[in-house]
Amino acid sequence: MSSIVRAPEPARASFVNDPRVRGIAYQVVLVVVVVGLIWMAATNAIENLRAAKIASGFGFLDSTSGFDVSQTLIPYSASSTYGRAFLVGLLNTLLVAAIGVVLATILGFLIGIARLSSNWIVARAATVYVEVIRNLPLLLQLLFWYIAVLRSLPEPRNSVTVGTSFFLNNRGLFMPKPVLAEDVWMVGAALVAGVAAALVYAVRAHRRQAATGQPSPVIRATLGLVLGLPLLVWAALALATTNPISFDFPLKGTFNLRGGMQVFPELVALTLGLTIYTAAFIAEIVRAGILAVSRGQTEASHALGLRQGQTLRLVVIPQAMRVIIPPLTSQYLNLTKNSSLAVVIGYPDLVQVFMGTVLNQTGQAIECVAITMAVYLTISIATASFMNWYNARKALVER
Amino acid sequence: MTSKFATLALGLAVGLAGIGLGASGASAQATLNNIKQKGFLQCGSNTGLAGFGVPDAQGNWTGLDVDYCRAVAAAIFNDPTKARFTPLAAKDRFTALQSGEVDVLIRNTTWTMSRDTALGLTFTGVNYYDGQGFMVRKKLGVASAKELNGASICTQQGTTTELNLADYFRANNMKYEVVAFATSDETFKAYDTGRCDAFTTDASGLYSERLRASAPDDHIVLPEIISKEPLGPAVRKGDAQWADVVKWTHNVLLTAEELGVTKANVDQMLKSDNPEIKRLLGVEGSFGESIGLTKDWAVRIIKGVGNYGEIFDRNVGEGSRLKIKRGLNALWNKGGLQFAAPIR
Ligand SMILES: N[C@@H](CCC(=O)N[C@@H](CS)C(=O)NCC(=O)O)C(=O)O
Repeated sequence: MSSIVRAPEPARASFVNDPRVRGIAYQVVLVVVVVGLIWMAATNAIENLRAAKIASGFGFLDSTSGFDVSQTLIPYSASSTYGRAFLVGLLNTLLVAAIGVVLATILGFLIGIARLSSNWIVARAATVYVEVIRNLPLLLQLLFWYIAVLRSLPEPRNSVTVGTSFFLNNRGLFMPKPVLAEDVWMVGAALVAGVAAALVYAVRAHRRQAATGQPSPVIRATLGLVLGLPLLVWAALALATTNPISFDFPLKGTFNLRGGMQVFPELVALTLGLTIYTAAFIAEIVRAGILAVSRGQTEASHALGLRQGQTLRLVVIPQAMRVIIPPLTSQYLNLTKNSSLAVVIGYPDLVQVFMGTVLNQTGQAIECVAITMAVYLTISIATASFMNWYNARKALVER
Repeated sequence: MTSKFATLALGLAVGLAGIGLGASGASAQATLNNIKQKGFLQCGSNTGLAGFGVPDAQGNWTGLDVDYCRAVAAAIFNDPTKARFTPLAAKDRFTALQSGEVDVLIRNTTWTMSRDTALGLTFTGVNYYDGQGFMVRKKLGVASAKELNGASICTQQGTTTELNLADYFRANNMKYEVVAFATSDETFKAYDTGRCDAFTTDASGLYSERLRASAPDDHIVLPEIISKEPLGPAVRKGDAQWADVVKWTHNVLLTAEELGVTKANVDQMLKSDNPEIKRLLGVEGSFGESIGLTKDWAVRIIKGVGNYGEIFDRNVGEGSRLKIKRGLNALWNKGGLQFAAPIR
């Protein structure tokens, strides 16, 4: 920030009038005031909680929770701690946010591109989608999907069977659960090696194309390496010793299926709702981004003999990305924050588990709210920094 | 940049200070005086539980808990309509009371040790002895809660219900899938649409929720009662006078039933020779004044809402759609547990 041209050294003014000293003094005063206020507020709150005989502090995170949660990505039971319940909720939030972001991006891009299609019906359908979805409150949509999902699925006793081991009913989707043996790490290692090899191959292919114009079968090679290698190791292990990955199949029980892996209808409804809603906004962002790329780019690319799809993929979208990424980031943040509406359809996300049950069972509202806010802030800042980094990269590459 | 940061930090600090101040307002010592000044009593109530606390289409509230609130209002203002109701979901009720949003919480709330000690609340008595039960669809063919292994169960968050549920299945070594919702509407709707095999809450709640089912006769309540749920009014800790008002209103309602004083006969009873009745109705002694009310506070209560038996009968008993038997809630001398501390 410091100026390049040095200002002529002023005659030494009195200490009090030195703008630098003054500036620092103001900053110090401000910091003292702010810290003081925060300290006062905190002690005041603690004092008042004590006076009102309300427990305070974070010790409750270590005590037994005593309640159950149905969907848990980590082992959890009623004898686990509140801290563990917090993790369960957090992971469920991250799960639905991650799935939602990926699906909403794909759907949003498809619809955004469709809105610009020269096919009248496709373009109109995309417009209707965007206008309808954007203008209905998300809460309503979530309730709609939840009820729609529940109502359209049969009771457990009349489950829809797909193949012999996939079942669908109003308790969710049931499928075989992989059970891993000890030596499964070799399959994992093969997968890592496959991914690494595929990356190397892709970089090489890119260079080769840049140098000679020769394309390589990148997609086929990637599939082969990423899927083929681990499958080979798996088969070899299965033949040589025992099968490292076996499956736990869902079986019919008294009320419902037992065992296997279960995708709960709450997760499905929440993912559907968030994806469909956010995709409408992403579609608009994508459309705006594409329109921001000058028409000349498309024409030039056509003149070079690229087909419509190639033009879009290689010329238009990469340039549009620069316009798209910043608002796309805020859509990702919105989706993550909106996932807290899970509470109305009983999906055990962070807010439902921690701000709902834990807060209520412990009565420690200030602590629970503070932790939850800190978590959302962290997720948001992390997402934003990643997207900023990606944006900076895109911007550089293109210029 | 710095100035933006400064504004942010200041905002945060002021916000935090606000939290502190809010809490200090809540722990004020003079709830009764506040209420007298406001001119009405603010009660934390159900969002809608037939028989206990439910508003009709015109916004008139009825229910056993609602009448308890009216009784307190009558004791203070000689007017049972001076009570206003704040509908609260189970998970919001304690925060609402702690923060001073409501003066008293009368909303089928179970008296537990942690609530009484760590949440800054004081329970003032038990106006309904209850226990937790299960409801299932008849066609499942289930006759006992012990057969619920593997069932999925809908329940409401922030209740003792979800804790008892976990205990019961753990103790009986059974598996289940819990689906927890924030409000009773959502919970019951999910059960009614078939998301869950069973619905669980206090037995009283089961009877009242069943009335909301699309076909009430398709559901049965299982015989097991898996917990003790002493339901009662709660106030903020630290204001003994206010706790006394709520506590002794309850004792007045029970004593009136025990002595046969009713809404209809309370005026004649003023002439009674029975010393207990004389003390109850303030003909002798000055019990009302000792808690900041008037001598005739009990007369006001009974004229306003009747005695405990009348309240019970009208809202949840034979005179209501719920038809719940007195059972544990009969007076102590009629085989129940309702036993009032004497007014003397
Ligand atoms: N007694 C239990 C449960 C009370 C409770 O909230 N029960 C629900 C289920 S019946 C209820 O009353 N809901 C009605 C409402 O939210 O208005 C407790 O204090 O935790």
